[in-house]
Amino acid sequence: MELAIGIILGCCALGAGMAMIAGIGPGIGEGSAVASACEAIGRQPECRSAVTTTMLMGCAVAETTGLYALVIAILLLFVAPGRFVNILTETMSNLG
Amino acid sequence: MTVLPILCGILLYVMMTPSSEDIEISGALIYFELNTPIQTLPITESQVNSWFVIISVFFLCLYLTHGISATDPTRRQHILEMAVEKCEGLVLDNMGEYFKGFAPFIAAVMVLSAFSSLLTLVGLYPPTSDFNVVAGWALLVFILITYYKFKCGPVHYLKSFGDPVPFLAPLNVISEVATPVSMAFRHYGNVLSGSVISVLVATGLQGLTHVLLGRLPGFLGEFPFLQIGIPAVLSVYFDIFSGCLQAFIFAMLTMLYVATGFPEEDYKAKLKKKAAKA
Repeated sequence: MELAIGIILGCCALGAGMAMIAGIGPGIGEGSAVASACEAIGRQPECRSAVTTTMLMGCAVAETTGLYALVIAILLLFVAPGRFVNILTETMSNLG
Repeated sequence: MTVLPILCGILLYVMMTPSSEDIEISGALIYFELNTPIQTLPITESQVNSWFVIISVFFLCLYLTHGISATDPTRRQHILEMAVEKCEGLVLDNMGEYFKGFAPFIAAVMVLSAFSSLLTLVGLYPPTSDFNVVAGWALLVFILITYYKFKCGPVHYLKSFGDPVPFLAPLNVISEVATPVSMAFRHYGNVLSGSVISVLVATGLQGLTHVLLGRLPGFLGEFPFLQIGIPAVLSVYFDIFSGCLQAFIFAMLTMLYVATGFPEEDYKAKLKKKAAKA
């Protein structure tokens, strides 16, 4: 029983860590967005505010996939272990 | 009066929170439960705190608009006028002439979201890091988007899913549903990740201080050497900058989705047809 619970907790933590690999994607995406924005400001310094606003918007949209991964990781860390352990104990008590 | 609801919130927090020694990450506390005929309705910290935010914003507005005059403007009237003009300009730039009346709604969304996120500064639970609160806002935005898409009649609305080719309709339905989901997740994820990272860093620094100074006798061994100042840098980014930025982005995305979803050309053509018939 303790071993089963330990495996559940460990796998949840591993899964959360692996879900956050998705953080690579938004990182690269936002980096390229900011790089292009810097280039644009360097070329046309007068439209700095418009470029900055658009860049922030684009970054926010690019972040979305990373945030999905974050939400899944948080669910795996804080919600899933309790659920799984409850299911385990229920089935164990049903089995006797 | 503006500060009073926040003070009430702190008092309630101090009274209701169970005391614990170690740092922990938890969701919103449930203050009490209402028994309704259908199901029990939990009243959580996030609901209570968002009501406190609403009340304090209400009194802030009353304070700012108190005693405005056309001839002899005071300093706070200037600040208020600047904010109102900025907001109207933003709405006009991003949504066009037709949506001019959206300025109060956008300003309300922005202020509510920003103040909710800034509640972390006084140590309260920010309502925006509860998914349910933000999901409610996103649902409201989704209803607005759909309402403005329906302006040209239901047939036009259904036809818009078959754009550009009809067999892509399922994908269009998915992207329609994904709009509020992604908006809610974006806001909630940003605020929550900020608080989680702050707590983790604070715990790590506590451990590090314990390793460094733990052997010193008496008071020196307990002295929070590394916890002074370093978490504040993170707090400036996560609480102030990120909170305000997320409020701005939420309002901006609301504007963009509503304005791009509305088929303005077709609506004008329809109005013209009606006028020609009558």
